[in-house]
Amino acid sequence: MNLEFIHQYLPLYQEAAILTVQIGVLGILASILIGILCTMIHYFRVPVARQIAAAYVEISRNTPLLIQLFFIYYGLPKIGIRTNPYACGVAGLAFLGGSYMAETFRSGIDAVDKIQTESAASLGLSGLQALRYVIFPQALSISFPAFMANVIFLLKETSVFSAISLMDLMFTAKDLIGLYYQTTESLFLLVIFYLLILLPVSIVGSLIERRLRYAGFGS
Amino acid sequence: MPDLGLNVLFKGKNLTRLLGGLGVALQISLLSVGISIVLGILLGVLMTWKNPVSRVLTRLWLETVRIMPQMVLLFLVYFGTTRVFGWNLSGEMSAVIVFSFWGAAEMGDLVRGALLSIPAHQYESAAALGMSGAQTYRYIILPQTVRRLIPLSMNLITRMIKTTSLVLMIGVVEVLKVSQQIIEANRMSSPNAAFGVYLTVFFLYFIACWPISVLAGYLEKRWK
Amino acid sequence: MEKRTAEANIMEPILTVNSLTKRFGDLTVLDGINLKVREGEVIVIVGPSGCGKSTFLRCLNALEDIQGGEIRLRGETISRDSKDLTKLRQKIGMVFQSYELFPHLNVLDNILLAPTKVQKRDREEVKKEAMALLARIGLESKAESFPRQLSGGQKQRVAIIRALCMHPEVMLFDEVTAALDPEMVREVLDVILELANQGRTMLIVTHEMQFARAIADRVVFINEGRIWEEGKPDRFFDDPKTERAKQFLQTFTFERKRAEEGTSRLASESCAPDAG
Repeated sequence: MNLEFIHQYLPLYQEAAILTVQIGVLGILASILIGILCTMIHYFRVPVARQIAAAYVEISRNTPLLIQLFFIYYGLPKIGIRTNPYACGVAGLAFLGGSYMAETFRSGIDAVDKIQTESAASLGLSGLQALRYVIFPQALSISFPAFMANVIFLLKETSVFSAISLMDLMFTAKDLIGLYYQTTESLFLLVIFYLLILLPVSIVGSLIERRLRYAGFGS
Repeated sequence: MPDLGLNVLFKGKNLTRLLGGLGVALQISLLSVGISIVLGILLGVLMTWKNPVSRVLTRLWLETVRIMPQMVLLFLVYFGTTRVFGWNLSGEMSAVIVFSFWGAAEMGDLVRGALLSIPAHQYESAAALGMSGAQTYRYIILPQTVRRLIPLSMNLITRMIKTTSLVLMIGVVEVLKVSQQIIEANRMSSPNAAFGVYLTVFFLYFIACWPISVLAGYLEKRWK
Repeated sequence: MEKRTAEANIMEPILTVNSLTKRFGDLTVLDGINLKVREGEVIVIVGPSGCGKSTFLRCLNALEDIQGGEIRLRGETISRDSKDLTKLRQKIGMVFQSYELFPHLNVLDNILLAPTKVQKRDREEVKKEAMALLARIGLESKAESFPRQLSGGQKQRVAIIRALCMHPEVMLFDEVTAALDPEMVREVLDVILELANQGRTMLIVTHEMQFARAIADRVVFINEGRIWEEGKPDRFFDDPKTERAKQFLQTFTFERKRAEEGTSRLASESCAPDAG
């Protein structure tokens, strides 16, 4: 392995990794917001919005991120909606992740016994208060494993951003392979950087998961 | 009404070409699904073994595909094997290898989960009724396992179909590549083709995946 | 503690139920229930499983929508679409068979949640009250425990205190001992008995007939969605007027004989179906 090459191009990978993480984090935060919004709409059975949210979830879950990005980045400008690659990456990830988060939160809420809501109601809590103080905390701990799986899934999905010319890790690796034929080193760095990003998330996730399971929220 | 660039689709053989491109993607995914299911069942049974070596190896396999983006695995196989082994794998071949490697691990985990979810009482009560081991599997365990497994593996199929869109990045001429070619060729006559064509591709994928998801959801509810 | 006085019975009803009807689809579960509950009165509702007695309690707290009739608490209508439903529910405490403590909150937070968030009362003040009540039932050392660390009987007693801290005017108990191990039933019933002695207005659905007899001012027998009998407990238990109530009470008598007289007696009785 050519260590000099690795040393020389390490900063490039660092920059790319930072970009990947930035877009990943922003996209995931937006996904969570969209997920919460859809879940609230579903929970309170808001008419019309409920059908729209359901359609969004189906569309988003049954199409690949790469196609979503192509459409947002290359298609939408043709009808006057112009964005930069960065915003486009965040939007694409949020569009995809929102539905995954929505499904996760929804099934978490569904898993909380209905009589818990009634119990809250009998104490005079309003629907919103019951959701906030009683249902949501329980749903969060139930859906945490699925939530972490979503986070890792979305971070992994960022690997397609190079298709809309974002200089992320994949882009950098492909570029270096094409330019210098230093395939082994480029791929090595690629794997290492993805491990650096994903392994800690995965480990922290399973630690929290274990604690939650230990706490055992069963009544 | 702005030009949505949908007209290019009806020019010449564009729509047929687009569908052909989708066909390539679907072929890759179906082939990978087939291999994944066979390998995955074996792997899943292996995962339930108490043998520490098989445990560590299968676990390592699963964690690798869980942590590494499929895109990275594609690069490793497509570019890496050429470099290290001197093989010259086609993009399609690399894709099938990677997706099968990934799918088998995911499938294996589903099989493992389904097998472990059958309570020990089921084995015991079958034994108490005088059933042999084979009879227990044939009449008690397999029917329950399969019911849990089918909806989940259908979801895996849709994931597989969606993931095949990535093969564009290793030079396979599939639906996105064909789209790019069509858009490029009609740059002058139809400058907004990117909107219409990508929108079409978007819905082609949706049409391919959605029925499977709906059926999986239906079966999951019905067999609960 | 002073036994509640007869004066209470002269007062205006606190809770009025007029020809209440409840249907699930085509199935009529409650069919024209009329009931007046006076302040300080303890009403025990008995009846065979599926007779609608639990549904009746749930209607009183508007956990079910109703298809006919009306429920009034001091003149205010209780229904699923009452504007001040949460206000009304604060005046009606309910305890469930399955406790329904909130598993993510410890005992104290379970009790404090509604008084502080709904009634916006001062946390310290409610805490003082909650701790005093916990001490009363011998659970002050469990204030920081989580529900999963408590026994069923302890959970149910905490659930009662949680409802009590909202200062409800009426308390509803829905088969609160049905899910408990036998040795824990007593500790829960004792708490309810003490509440009765304090003169609280309560509606209790239970299968504990001895307890019913001891605590009730009035027993209401519901069968097939209708009130078949109501009256003083001694009168109801010793001399039920309807055939259906007689049959219902016999199921308990038979059970008690089994428990008192041992298994050999059980064998001979089951051979003679017309005995008893």
